[in-house]
Amino acid sequence: MEEKQPVPILEMKKITKQFPGVLANEDVDLELFKGEVLALLGENGAGKSTLMNILSGLTRPDSGEIILNGKAVDIDSPRDAMHLGIGMVHQNFKLVSTMTVAENVILGLDSENFVLDMKKVGKKINEISDHYRLKVDPDAYIWQMSVGEQQRVEILKLIYRGAEVLILDEPTAVLTPQESNELNEIVKKMTKEGKSAIFITHKMDEVMNFSDWVRVLQKGKLVSVVRTRDTNPKDLANLMVGREVLFRIEKKKCNPGEVRLEVKNVSALNSKGIEALKDVSFSIRAGEILGIAGVAGNGQRELTETITGLHKVLKGHIFVEGEDMTNKAPIDLIKAGVSHIPSDRVAMGIVGDMSVASNLAMKEYRKAPLTQYGLLHPKRIFNLAKGMIELFMISTPSPNTNVKFLSGGNIQKTILAREIGACRGLLIAVYPARGLDVGATESVRKEIIAERDNGKAVLLVSEDLEELISVSDRIAVMSEGTIMGIVDTETADIESLGLMMAGVSLKESGAKGG
Amino acid sequence: MIVLITSILAITLRAGTSLVYATIGEIYTERSGILNLGLEGMMLMGAVTSFATVYYTGSLALAVLAAMFVGMILSSIHAFLSITMRANQVVSGLSITLFGTGFASFLGQRLGPAENGKYLIGLIGEKFTPIAIPGLSGVPLIGAFFNQDLLTYITYLIIPIAWFYMYKTKNGLNLRAVGDNPQTADAMGIDVLKTRYLYTILGGMLVALGGAHLSLAYAPGWTENITGGRGWIVIALVIFSMWNPSRAIWGALLFGGINAVQFRLQASGTDIPASFLNMLPYLATIIALVVMTWIEKYNKKIGAPGALATSYMRGEK
Ligand SMILES: Nc1ncnc2c1ncn2[C@@H]1O[C@H](COP(=O)(O)OP(=O)(O)O)[C@@H](O)[C@H]1O
Ligand SMILES: [Mg+2]
Repeated sequence: MEEKQPVPILEMKKITKQFPGVLANEDVDLELFKGEVLALLGENGAGKSTLMNILSGLTRPDSGEIILNGKAVDIDSPRDAMHLGIGMVHQNFKLVSTMTVAENVILGLDSENFVLDMKKVGKKINEISDHYRLKVDPDAYIWQMSVGEQQRVEILKLIYRGAEVLILDEPTAVLTPQESNELNEIVKKMTKEGKSAIFITHKMDEVMNFSDWVRVLQKGKLVSVVRTRDTNPKDLANLMVGREVLFRIEKKKCNPGEVRLEVKNVSALNSKGIEALKDVSFSIRAGEILGIAGVAGNGQRELTETITGLHKVLKGHIFVEGEDMTNKAPIDLIKAGVSHIPSDRVAMGIVGDMSVASNLAMKEYRKAPLTQYGLLHPKRIFNLAKGMIELFMISTPSPNTNVKFLSGGNIQKTILAREIGACRGLLIAVYPARGLDVGATESVRKEIIAERDNGKAVLLVSEDLEELISVSDRIAVMSEGTIMGIVDTETADIESLGLMMAGVSLKESGAKGG
Repeated sequence: MIVLITSILAITLRAGTSLVYATIGEIYTERSGILNLGLEGMMLMGAVTSFATVYYTGSLALAVLAAMFVGMILSSIHAFLSITMRANQVVSGLSITLFGTGFASFLGQRLGPAENGKYLIGLIGEKFTPIAIPGLSGVPLIGAFFNQDLLTYITYLIIPIAWFYMYKTKNGLNLRAVGDNPQTADAMGIDVLKTRYLYTILGGMLVALGGAHLSLAYAPGWTENITGGRGWIVIALVIFSMWNPSRAIWGALLFGGINAVQFRLQASGTDIPASFLNMLPYLATIIALVVMTWIEKYNKKIGAPGALATSYMRGEK
């Protein structure tokens, strides 16, 4: 007897979606089977989020068909998707930060009573929390939570609403390794209970560990469908990018020059008035990359912002090329040649409603040749931008496109191009590859190393230990606002770095100092 | 002395009534993310239509309905321009005020009877008169609350209802989400545009009702600029209330109180120049705004709806 072919619970057929200037999806097919996880891969801008937004009712496809449980369905709004049992965790969290967890969970639900019974909601949330070991306080406000906790609320929302098809758009991009594991376990448990999931991620180990199928998108087209057990990370990466990807970056030996940045006994408070930096000291030389390792929220943000003039130093001093720049304004630091790739690239790195060209000129526009007789020279700005777009391979319909329309990877490349272009001595890069696909990550890392080879001093903040080890020359580990130790990358091992990140000092961790 | 205070309190409540209606109306509108600066125009239009209606029909109920109908029309225009056409809300609101102010004045010179030169000014019509509640109205101080007109009594109910609806019901939760974060509200299945239409129009009806109280109860009749800039004061009161309906009462009492004191002083023939006294409510507005902004800086939780005065379209980056 012939084995019966399983029927997918969800099918998308020949989905096409055109945005102004970009064909985001072209004849894309997708199949999802009950109780399975489908990993959706592709570079930034490949059209993954667009495809998923079509499923969740946020985007209307130009053509194509969606079949759920054997029936063609029309998904015209998120409300329709919800009624069909489709739930999505969006790449940008969909949470109202001034509201509590419980309020966010029941938002827009018809099934709640007219007069809300928040006790009942809280109880149900606690039951779900216990069942999935998903620790959340129903009465906590979203604005008080870390991104990891917020991500849990997003998952909780899906469960509370009884979604059968779960869509997770890069849910682990902003999570620590522990948080990612926790999330993966929850999704595993849910699929065991018969739910099905589509999972978008750039992390190959996640794809390999817990997906059943992989579909790869490239520039809006489906290029490959494979069973996870029949493939490997290297093949997948090559499929995504369409060329060979280097997992290890070649790097010349470090050749440090004079001290460019010296941070001396710096202390600072965070926005809540709690001491976030405690007596931090280190220095970076020209031609050297100092990596800062640590779980996000341990003072990295305050550290980089004090150096760039965005955050007040309470005690201590910051010297840039020997000059005391403590508590100077950002413009003074820009003039001193300090460049900054901020952690929140959309909020702090660009002006979304301005063109790519204007964003690229944002550091140099004050001076000739971009300004002449006090007037901007649009033609020169345009030409400068065109050069940078080519050099950094920024994919944009034109230099005049508003930068917010670019994909995350290309927004990051825009910032990188501007900051590297304007950098004269010191480059501060904060989570520069966060959320980027393998191809973009590779080029960002290469650019940073090239800057160091050009004699710049680089401060690189990252949560990704492998990134720190492959890119930096020395690694400082931060925990709760203090530097636990600084080690030479050549002698560093992941285990002792991990211990220091957890608050064990250098001596106890057994690593060799640098 | 107690008698004097009781009477000042009574005037305060009367003067505050139109402010309460308009403040709650605008709070609901702004909570949905729509800023309607057309208040002054809508209040004037509410005042003139309700007075004209009561003059010809003698029906206070019809007069109130007429005002609310006009508020509905004007706020629908604002809703259409700012929600569907996605026009700049400040510009649209200001146009409503400019139009409303001019048109109300025009109507005041055209709707009157021929024997009054078609003017509404100087005419007398039915009005809401204070209804003393037996037993309670005689009590010192407290009595001030129980010797008011029907529209003022209704505010005693509207304030708690407006608060309860906003903070304790499903619809109130959805409303707050729409004004704070329409992207999220949409993704959670709330119809953002419908919600905004609904509360912009509801808000406009309440604002116009506030205007009606002026011409039907507080200063019965029609005079040019009967609002005396109350529409603008309400915009400050909304901020003063931190977009919370239950706090609308304090702002209204404060400004109603200043009105009442000013009224009393003027009646007692004080030496303080009248123009200085007239300035007091506006001066208090500025001071209140400064103080509230200062407080807000130290308490980051409360504040304006996150998406106030921005338009929303699904899928727009
Ligand atoms: N609302 C939109 N308007 C215009 N262009 C868009 C919009 N959303 C996405 N795009 C474009 O469509 C392409 C695919 O984007 P997206 O689906 O977000 O990619 P991915 O999630 O794979 O990184 C990108 O070029 C992006 O800039
Ligand atoms: Mg995406």
